[in-house]
Amino acid sequence: MVVIEYEAPQSLGEAVKLLSDCTDKPARVLAGGTDLIVQLRSQVGGPQLIVDLKKIPEMMDAVLDENGLSLGPSMCCAELTARQDIKTVYPGLVEAAYLIGSTQIQGRASVGGNLCNSSPAADTIPALIAIAAECLIIGPDGERQVPVEDFVTGVGENCMASDEILKRIIVPLPAAGTADAYLRFIPRTEMDIAVAGAGVSVTLDNNGICTAARIVIGAVAPTALLVPAAAEALVGSDMNDTALQNAAAAASAASSPIDDLRGTIEYRQHVVGVLTRRAAVIAADRVKEK
Amino acid sequence: MSEVKDYKYIGQRTIRPDGFDKVTGRANFGADLTLPGMLWARVKRSPYAHARIIDIDTSKAEALAGVMAVATAADFPAIASETLQMGETSADIRDLARNNLALEKVLYHGHAVAAVAAVSQTIADQAVELIEVEYAELTPVMDVLEAIKDDAPILHDDLFTAGLAETPETPSNIAMRMELKKGDIDAGFAEADVIVEREYQTPTVHQGYIEPHACTVRYDEDGQSMIWCCTQGHFDVRASTAKILNMELSKIKVIASEIGGGFGGKTTIYLEPVALVLSKKSGRPVKLVMNREEVFRASGPGSATRSWIKVGARKDGTITAMQGILHYEAGAFKGSPMAPGVMCVFTPYDVANVHIEGFDVVVNKPKVAAYRAPGAPQAEFAAESAINELADKLDMDPIELRLKNAAKEGTQAIYGPKFKAIGLVECLEAAKNSAHYKSPLGKNQGRSIAAGFWFNAGMSSSVVINMNPDGTVVVVEGSPDIGGSRASMAMMAAEELGIAVEKIKPIIADTDGVGLNSTTGGSRTTFATGMAIIEAAQDVVKQMKERAAAVWNVTLDQVDWVDGVAVNTADEARLSAAEICAAAGSTGGPISARASLTARGAGPSFAVHVADVEVDPDTGKVDVIRYTAIQDAGKAIHPGYVEGQYQGGAAQGIGWALNEEYIYDENGVLENAGYLDYRIPLASDLPMIETVIVEVPNPFHPYGVRGVGESSIIPPLAAVSSAVSNAIGVRMSELPCSPPRVLKAIQSRDN
Repeated sequence: MVVIEYEAPQSLGEAVKLLSDCTDKPARVLAGGTDLIVQLRSQVGGPQLIVDLKKIPEMMDAVLDENGLSLGPSMCCAELTARQDIKTVYPGLVEAAYLIGSTQIQGRASVGGNLCNSSPAADTIPALIAIAAECLIIGPDGERQVPVEDFVTGVGENCMASDEILKRIIVPLPAAGTADAYLRFIPRTEMDIAVAGAGVSVTLDNNGICTAARIVIGAVAPTALLVPAAAEALVGSDMNDTALQNAAAAASAASSPIDDLRGTIEYRQHVVGVLTRRAAVIAADRVKEK
Repeated sequence: MSEVKDYKYIGQRTIRPDGFDKVTGRANFGADLTLPGMLWARVKRSPYAHARIIDIDTSKAEALAGVMAVATAADFPAIASETLQMGETSADIRDLARNNLALEKVLYHGHAVAAVAAVSQTIADQAVELIEVEYAELTPVMDVLEAIKDDAPILHDDLFTAGLAETPETPSNIAMRMELKKGDIDAGFAEADVIVEREYQTPTVHQGYIEPHACTVRYDEDGQSMIWCCTQGHFDVRASTAKILNMELSKIKVIASEIGGGFGGKTTIYLEPVALVLSKKSGRPVKLVMNREEVFRASGPGSATRSWIKVGARKDGTITAMQGILHYEAGAFKGSPMAPGVMCVFTPYDVANVHIEGFDVVVNKPKVAAYRAPGAPQAEFAAESAINELADKLDMDPIELRLKNAAKEGTQAIYGPKFKAIGLVECLEAAKNSAHYKSPLGKNQGRSIAAGFWFNAGMSSSVVINMNPDGTVVVVEGSPDIGGSRASMAMMAAEELGIAVEKIKPIIADTDGVGLNSTTGGSRTTFATGMAIIEAAQDVVKQMKERAAAVWNVTLDQVDWVDGVAVNTADEARLSAAEICAAAGSTGGPISARASLTARGAGPSFAVHVADVEVDPDTGKVDVIRYTAIQDAGKAIHPGYVEGQYQGGAAQGIGWALNEEYIYDENGVLENAGYLDYRIPLASDLPMIETVIVEVPNPFHPYGVRGVGESSIIPPLAAVSSAVSNAIGVRMSELPCSPPRVLKAIQSRDN
C-alpha cells in the first residue's frame, strides 16, 4: 500500500527543513497543485512526501512599490489577475497568467507553480523573461537569486535542488516608455497548451523609436528562449513593418521546435514569428496609450 | 393523418423533470452506486495494437493480498457468431465478447485482456501490473487504404468479404461490400455539362460524452444478478450480457443510471460482463469504472472514412449523375456504419442515375460505436462538399442548386421507400430567406451551407401509465433520457389526459419494471415511446370515462373528457380525475394502462445549416462567427429541447470539421487520449447558434413528430469546411480543418 505524507508548514524555514530532512523517499512541493495532482494520478512511483506551501504567508502575497514587483510564487492566478495595479505596470505578465487553465483552475494555479513545473509551453515563463524577472531561491544554505532565463534548464527541469524552494519572484520596475505583451497560439480560445508563445517588452522614446526590447519565445524549444537578434531588429526602428518582419524572422530562426500532436516543426516556426510580430505591436501600442 | 390542432401542453417550454437533481448534484450517474462489501476492479489492457496472445499468467496478481478475483476471456463461455440488434446498429455477439476480453489476439492498443477485483482501487491497480501477458507482436494496420491492400496484415483469419458475387476463399480486412444503384451512371455523366470529382477524408472521432463508462454489478448465490450502469439502452445491456455469459434474461436486472452523455457511444457494452464474472467469482458486488484515457483508447469512436465522389450536372443545374465509393473503418471488428452511409449519401437529391459502393474495413483501432446519425456525417460531408463545388462551377447559388434537385414528397429514395411529406425544400427556403444568408461578409470571411438527411428509427417501446388515488400520474417508460425526453413524455401524457404537466411524473424503470424497450437511439424516443404514451394515455381517458359513466349510471357516449374532468353531457355533472381515481377501488380497481408497440413511419428529418467563418491568414485558425441550424421537427413537442438538439449537433459537427481527430503514432498508440489534446469546441469557441424549427408534420405520427436528435450533426462538416474553402479560395477536402492544415492550404495557394 502506497502512503503519501502531507505536510503544510507555516514558515519557509520549516518547509526547507522538511525537504532537506527527507532523504529516504521522493518529495514534492505543492502550490496550487494543478500540475502535481494530475501527475500524481497518472504516475506510478510518484512522491511520498508532499509539502504544501499555501499556509506560508510570504508565499501568497504580492508587493508592488518603487522597487518593482515582489511576487509570492504561490499566489493564485485569479488573485494576481484581479490586481489592477500590477496589470497596469506588467500587462503582459498578467495576460499570461490569465491564460492558464479555466476560471476554476485559476483559483488554484500560480505563477510560481507554472515556473517550477518548467514546461517548455508554460505561458508565464516567456512573459517573466520579457520583463527581466528573477527568482529568489531559498535552501538549507541560504538564499540566491537567478534570472528566469537561467532558472529553467530543460524540459521539466530547473536549477533548484530538491531541498530548495522558490521564495519570491522579483521584477524590476520598467523604464519609462516601456510596456510588455504576451501572446500564445492554441487551436481553440482557451483551456489549452501553447503551440507557440511570444513574450515581448519594448521601450520607446518620445519619438516612437524603439530604444530597448526583450523578445522571448515559448513552446518552440526545450526552454523559453530570449532572442536578442529579434530585439536588435526592433531597436532603432519606429516599429515599422520591415522591422517587425525582421524580428519575426529572427524569432522563427531562433526556434527549434519539435513535431508533435500539437503542431509540426514548420508550423511552429512560422507561427512563433507571427506571434512575435503581433505581441510587439501590442506592446508598442500600450506604450503609446500610456 | 395529423391535422393542425391547438395544443395545451405540446409546444410549451416546460421545466424538465430531471433538472433539479442534475443542477443540485443529487442525480446518480454510472459511477455513483456503492454497495456494502463492494470490490473495485481494473482492466488490464494491451500495450500493442496488434499481437497474438501467447500466455496470460495471473498467478502473481491472484497472490496479492486484497485481490478477490481475476478474469480473462477463459471465464466467458464459448459462443457462436450471432447478430444482435443494438440501438441503430447491430453487433456480432462473439466479436462483442472478444472486445470485452480479448481471446487469442489483441487488436488495438488498450484492448482488454484481463481484469482484477480487489478490496481497494489501489490494490486492483497494482494487481493489474502483476498480470504477465506474453505477446507475439504483429504489424498494426492503421488506415483503411492500407488495410484493403492485398498484402496487408490480416486481423481476422476467419473474416471473408461479404456482399461479393462469389464468396472469397482468402480472408480479408474488408468485412463487407455493399452497392446501391439506380439508372445508368455512365449515361448520366454523358449528359452532364459539368462534372466535379474529388477524394475526401475524415478522421476517427470521439462522441465527446463527459461521463466515462461505468457499472456496479452484483451476482447473487441464487444466480440472480443486478447491473447498474450508464447506458442508452438497458434492455440491450441485458440482452448482450446474457448472450455473452449464457444467462437467461430473467436472471439479469439492469438499472439505467442517469447518463452523462452518450451520442451513440453508450449503445454497446465494455464492462458489464467482465464485472459480472468478477462478482460471480468473488461473491461480492463489483464496481468497474473506466478512466478518461481508457474511454479514448478502448471504447468505440466514430469511423474514419475515405471517400471518392463524382457528381455531374447540366448547365441549368439539373444533376444527372451521382457516384460514390465510401470506405469506412470498423476498428478491430466488422460493423462500421457503412451501410447507413451508403443509404443516405445522396438521399437529399432526386437524381436519375446513382451508383454507390461501400466497404466496411477492419483496422487496428478500437471497434467503432454509433455516433449521432452513425455513418451519415462522413458520407454527406463528401457529397455536400461536392454539391458546393458543383454550385461554384455552375456559378449557381448553392441553395438554388439544391432546390432544383431536392427530394420531396413522392421521390423514390434509393434505399427503398417513396418519401411521404418531407421538409427539405422548406428548410432550404428558410435558409434562403434567413437574415443570416443575406448578411454581408467581411475580410477573410467565408460562408457556405450544407444539407443533411437522416432516416430516423421507430423500433419497440413499452410504457405503463398508473393513476394515483389523488389524480396525479406516474408514467413508467424504459427509454433512457439523453436529451430531455422525460419532459416530452410528461407533456404528451398531459396533452392526452388533460392533466397539468406538473402532476405527471415520468420515470425510467429497470428491465424488470416495464416491457421491452429498444435503445434510445435513431432519434426514436420522443417519436416511438411518445406514441406508446399517447396510446396508453388514451386508454386511461377511456377508463376514466367508463368509471364516471358507471357512477352516473349513463352510457359511455354521454361522458365527455374536458381538461382532465369527466363531464356528463346530459346534466353537466362533473367528476375530476382526482375524484375518479380516489373512488377507483370501488368502481373496478386502480386505473392503469399499458401500451407496447413497434413504431412504424419514423419520418426522416432534413437539416440545412448556414456557416460563416473567419480565417486568420497568418495562422490558419478558423473562427466560426455566425451559424444557423435549420431543421424539420415535424412537430416540436418541447421547442427548447428541439433547439438544444439542433445546437448540440451543430457544436459537435463544428468540432468534427475544425479540430477533432484521433492522432495515432506509427505503433498504433493513440497520442491524444484525453480532452486536452482531443479538442472538442468550448463554449467560447462558438457563436450563439441560431435555430429555425421547420414543421412539416410526419403523417405517421398523431402529432406529426419526427425524431430530431441526429440530423443536426450532418451538415456542419461540409458547411464549415466549404466556408473555409470560400474564405481562402482553396478546396478543403480533408477534415479536420485544423490550423496547420488550413495554413498549408493558404501557403500552397500563394506559392
